Amino acid sequence: MRKTLWRLVAASIAVTLVAAACGGDDDDGGAVQQPADEPAAAAPEPAEAPAEAVTIEYWLWDGNQQPYYEQCATDFEAANPAIDVEIVQFGWGDYWTNVTAGFASGSGPDVFTDHLARYPEFVASGVLVPLNDFVARDGVDTGAYFPGLAELWVDNNGNRYGLPKDFDTIALVMNSDIIGEAGVTAADFAAAEWNPDDGGSFQQLIMQLSVDANGNRGDSADFDSGNVEVYGLGLEGNFGAFGQTTFSAFAGSTGFSFLDVNPFGDSANYDDPRLAATIDWFARMIDEGYAVPIEDVESLGGTTVFQNGSAAVMADGSWKIGTYLGADTPFPVEFAPVPVGPSGSRASMFNGLADSINVNSDHQEEAWQWVKHLASPACQDIIGEGAVVFPAIPSSADIAVASHEANGVDVSAFTVHVDEGTTFLFPITDSASQIEAIVGPAMQEILRGQADAADRLAQVAGDVNSILGS
Amino acid sequence: MTVAVEPPLKRRPQSWLRPVSLHGGWRSAIWFLLPALIGFVAFYLYPALRGVYISFTDWNLIANRGDWVGTDNYERLLDDRQVWESLKITFRYTVINIASQTVLAVAIAVLMDRLTKSVMIRGILLFPWLIPNVIVALLWVWMLDGNLGIVNEFLGWFGMEPVRFFTDTDKVIPTLAGINTWRHMGYTALLIFAGLQTIPKSLYEAAALDGATERQMFKDVTIPLLRPILALVLVITIVGSLQVFDTVFVATGGFGGQPGGPANASRVIYLYIYQNAFDFNQLGYAATVSVLLVVILLAITFLQLKLLRAGESDLA
Repeated sequence: MRKTLWRLVAASIAVTLVAAACGGDDDDGGAVQQPADEPAAAAPEPAEAPAEAVTIEYWLWDGNQQPYYEQCATDFEAANPAIDVEIVQFGWGDYWTNVTAGFASGSGPDVFTDHLARYPEFVASGVLVPLNDFVARDGVDTGAYFPGLAELWVDNNGNRYGLPKDFDTIALVMNSDIIGEAGVTAADFAAAEWNPDDGGSFQQLIMQLSVDANGNRGDSADFDSGNVEVYGLGLEGNFGAFGQTTFSAFAGSTGFSFLDVNPFGDSANYDDPRLAATIDWFARMIDEGYAVPIEDVESLGGTTVFQNGSAAVMADGSWKIGTYLGADTPFPVEFAPVPVGPSGSRASMFNGLADSINVNSDHQEEAWQWVKHLASPACQDIIGEGAVVFPAIPSSADIAVASHEANGVDVSAFTVHVDEGTTFLFPITDSASQIEAIVGPAMQEILRGQADAADRLAQVAGDVNSILGS
Repeated sequence: MTVAVEPPLKRRPQSWLRPVSLHGGWRSAIWFLLPALIGFVAFYLYPALRGVYISFTDWNLIANRGDWVGTDNYERLLDDRQVWESLKITFRYTVINIASQTVLAVAIAVLMDRLTKSVMIRGILLFPWLIPNVIVALLWVWMLDGNLGIVNEFLGWFGMEPVRFFTDTDKVIPTLAGINTWRHMGYTALLIFAGLQTIPKSLYEAAALDGATERQMFKDVTIPLLRPILALVLVITIVGSLQVFDTVFVATGGFGGQPGGPANASRVIYLYIYQNAFDFNQLGYAATVSVLLVVILLAITFLQLKLLRAGESDLA
């Protein structure tokens, strides 16, 4: 008995060691990948022509853009017979889980669509290929894009981790049926001004558009805020830390900025009284029945509420234009710019995506060729014709605007920010997800009337800055 | 074979060891055990030990590396208010879920035992349990939505205000507990139903002869004799309930929310572990919280088995 038991123990230890050895292999793989500059330094040497076609796997999350990128890939493969591009699409939620899992397992895509909220963490973990040497070798002009877009992808050490593909801004989307019934026009919104104290003429408009169950409008004394049929102001979603589609345009128009220095600031301004005043204004609008209660937005999302006809006007991003013009929105819509704020101008967060190369890729030279093609007019003109998003190259973006115009859609509400220079950059920090986890719940409390905006945000500022400072 | 082995087992407990091991029973048994053993070692033991190791490092999941940091993570754990807040939410969920689920399951099992043994009904009862958790969560998100949900449509017919099941900070945990009660009660009822079959019918006949009512029989015959099965069911369901994750993640994340919301009101311990590992990229600390959870689960299970005397039966 004792002998057999001993054998059993020995066997299980052996199995454990085998398993540990397998795990050890993974670790070694990781260790080899760690020096991020090594492959990049080696890569720019002229590539030898591979005997067989090399397959480059490219990931993106927006299914609406996939057909146009397939077209880019077809053109690219025709010009580069030695490279095959395979495009894989995941929804936004799965996308980042899969990208992270890909990095952790030492595999993943060769090239992927990267986001400003995520890339600093990837850089800190050493999993992105710096593009500086490639850019210098091939003489890529990073000034070809809208001003500021290319520099978003350069870290504090001067390493470039992506080439811009597109940009987005914020505007108001309006339910034409509802505003028409109230006698309000897109021009009224375009001329509106807003402030966090009395809401300005913008607040008058959304009050006028709010209707209770008895048909009273929000600007009448009989308006029942507890029994609202149509809310003047919709909210696209959960406010979160940066409120890209919710509060950012309003807070930005007060002169507020999220970080002391963007990108890579080491202090956030969540205790700025202008932010507290802005969030407090939203909480009041909800409380008074002029804005959709945050509870109704959180489960199925603000877009569903808007498409259901329960909200008249809502701020949203340019990447959603197609959603509002499509079949899921059962009424005509118009777009208007976000209102002018106390700073004297409008404001929109300016976000841009880029394509990055995975350090685990075995074909970094080919991956770079594909990234270069994605960032070139040849591909971005195709994306512009698709008119799903605005390409990062101005002449390609003009094609997108023209393509919308040809369909009778005026998207100048989104592009006005670029023309007038009223954009501010998406806040870039090393710890976006932790900041999100601190600020998001606080915003939910404030908008439910469970916490005072100024007090709660002062507390948030302390927590956020202790993470950024560490 | 069991019949032959059992009588000596009771008289001389040590005798079963010798003949089996000496006659090479182990040698053939090991081949049957090996597949399960390899699975156990590769997929449970090794990951568990590695998890404990990672809890002493600052493991970065994206880079897949980490350095030894000693007990730093454990010291952070003691100071972390959010861990204890998550545990409180988890316990609240478990109490509501287990209480409602067990009461309903016992009621269903007793009704089945007394009224019908139809396989068809048993099948229907199992149905919710067969639907994947994510689908269950999505189904209920749509049904319970404050604006568009069918449940609120019904409530509206009776003149009731819409209820924000998932987005009201006080209602989200009872709602989630209720959904999982709906999903699991049929399965739990079947386990208890199987337990009821072990109670000899003669006891009920005797009780009936003595003039006991249905209620007395339930209280004095069914429940005491069901205790070992009930203890097992409770251990399994409580451990499962404390590990709730997918329903919370999907239902509260929804389409416009934040998983664990609103305002962290449903951030159960598993979700907090997930956030640390996959959102904050702090796998080391996530592993530390997981170790805490294992310790808590072990303690609860041990305590429960002790208190419920699960190893003994009143039948013997």
